[in-house]
Amino acid sequence: MDLSPITGVPLLVATSLKIAIMFGVVMLTVAYTTLAERRVSAFIQDRHGPNRVGPFGLLQPIADGLKNLVKEEALPGAASKSYFMLGPMLAMGPALVTFAVVPFAAPLPTQWGVIDMIIADVPIGILYILALGSLGVYGIVIGGWASNNKYAFLGALRASAQMVSYEVALGLSLIVVLMMAGNVTLTGIVWQQQQLGFWFAFPLSLGFILFVVSAFAETNRLPFDMPEAESELITGFHTEYSAMKFSMFFIAEYAHMLTASALMATLFWGGWDLPGSWDDAYWYRGELIRGFDESGATIAAAPAVWKTLLTFAAFALKTAFFLFLYIWIRWTVPRFRYDQVMQLGWKIMLPTALAYLMVVAGTILVLDQVEVSGFSFGLTLTGVSVICTVAFVFFLDRGRIIGGAASPSKPGPVVLEPTPGGQGMIAGEGATVGD
Amino acid sequence: MAITTRVVQRPEPGQTSYLRATLKGMALTLRHMLKSKTVTRQYPEEQTELHPRWRGTHVMEVHADGRPKCVACGLCPTVCPANCIRLVGGEDDKGNRYPIVYEIDEFRCIFCGMCQEVCPVEAIHVGRDFENAEYTRDRFVYDLDRLMKQDHPSTLLWDPADPAGE
Repeated sequence: MDLSPITGVPLLVATSLKIAIMFGVVMLTVAYTTLAERRVSAFIQDRHGPNRVGPFGLLQPIADGLKNLVKEEALPGAASKSYFMLGPMLAMGPALVTFAVVPFAAPLPTQWGVIDMIIADVPIGILYILALGSLGVYGIVIGGWASNNKYAFLGALRASAQMVSYEVALGLSLIVVLMMAGNVTLTGIVWQQQQLGFWFAFPLSLGFILFVVSAFAETNRLPFDMPEAESELITGFHTEYSAMKFSMFFIAEYAHMLTASALMATLFWGGWDLPGSWDDAYWYRGELIRGFDESGATIAAAPAVWKTLLTFAAFALKTAFFLFLYIWIRWTVPRFRYDQVMQLGWKIMLPTALAYLMVVAGTILVLDQVEVSGFSFGLTLTGVSVICTVAFVFFLDRGRIIGGAASPSKPGPVVLEPTPGGQGMIAGEGATVGD
Repeated sequence: MAITTRVVQRPEPGQTSYLRATLKGMALTLRHMLKSKTVTRQYPEEQTELHPRWRGTHVMEVHADGRPKCVACGLCPTVCPANCIRLVGGEDDKGNRYPIVYEIDEFRCIFCGMCQEVCPVEAIHVGRDFENAEYTRDRFVYDLDRLMKQDHPSTLLWDPADPAGE
């Protein structure tokens, strides 16, 4: 079989097909994540959720989409019309294109050559995602401002403030990954995890935790949904939006969630990688390799269709788990107060990310100096990271990792006891004070 | 009523534990998700069990030969507090009274069941049925034919000897 990269017309066809298919898959996943959100929240709250349209409610997203398409749009009279229209588009566009640089399976061998299972393996990789992911907030800010509504405006302001605060921690938690991988392309990061024999979630466990928390804040999901905050701001930035424009904001939110979940899977859980080196494949100086032998010579990879399918399933499963985590946490944890969000972002996340960056950098330097590499390199870093994580959790949990909400030395919430001296105590005459 | 004051001691910020509370909460929600105890009744498929004395859509009892049991005595339109029964009585050549027009406006009806209680020949009944939705308002005026065609069970009258209905 031809193990050279695909070129010419087949490359064009393959890329077009990949774009079409991945667009469809992303849109479908987004649609069904909304259904999963409603069903899972229903199960968590002992309800049924939407189960009427189709078997188990599986056609509900299609019904919702149709409804939103034919629904009447409301355009507020005082709104700035062009920006009002621009908002949802600007939110949805970047959310959909970020998925282009995420590898979703092992390379697929065909008779025309090997097809990379990634839409565009651009050399700037993760920087592209950071750049475009941050663009999403412009849609929110423009939409909220153009609505000419106080609540929408407040939501937009909160969105931008939150984005600025957590982008820092997000970026810093990514730097440890980039230090380990020595490469910003996502294919390179997956390859380094395969080579190390460790998915980065183990040697960089604290980085993973910081990344997950920042990603939750970046995607404006509970407990960080400051821009929407239904109980405070109606629905925040999209208060004035209805029908398909609202739907576009909604799609943008879920597409961001999907991208963030795919990133958690790719950066920290090996992406499409499965345990073992049988599925490893990477373009090294023009040839597809599986690894290096002791003398440093390359071992050619053996791509296969079943390997591609299996690794795609692994990637889908990992991403689905993080999507579920998003939903699970949303229906468990209440929203933070605004000042708590800012405090967590600037006073905890940022210093922790910086300190952790220094620790990892120092450890890598020391390990390089004493020429430790491979498995023991990963193991040492895992140990260091576990210590860091425990320390962080200990600090964040205010001194007790596994302690109750009330300390045993002081009594907990007081149980109402019968009034001493019987009934007839009236406030003012001498109210009893329990202790 | 005694008025008492009590001081609730909340844990100090240093004593609270966010992560543990969150993990506990997540365990709880996961438990509920995996073992959902839904009490919602899936209505059209799972029917509600109506009480034997549930008062719903009216039923007119019929003789074996298909005539209504009503003798057009006029007691039910008289007793009806909502004034929703329209009765025009007639008499055949043998001197038997029968209803020429018997209409019940189910919209006006308050389903008190007094028509059933007052009927001397046990002809008109309120029934164990509540699914009487229609597309137009005039469909809610049930005429004699329609009342005779109702096939749901009629309501059990209250029995003084068995007040709990057992």
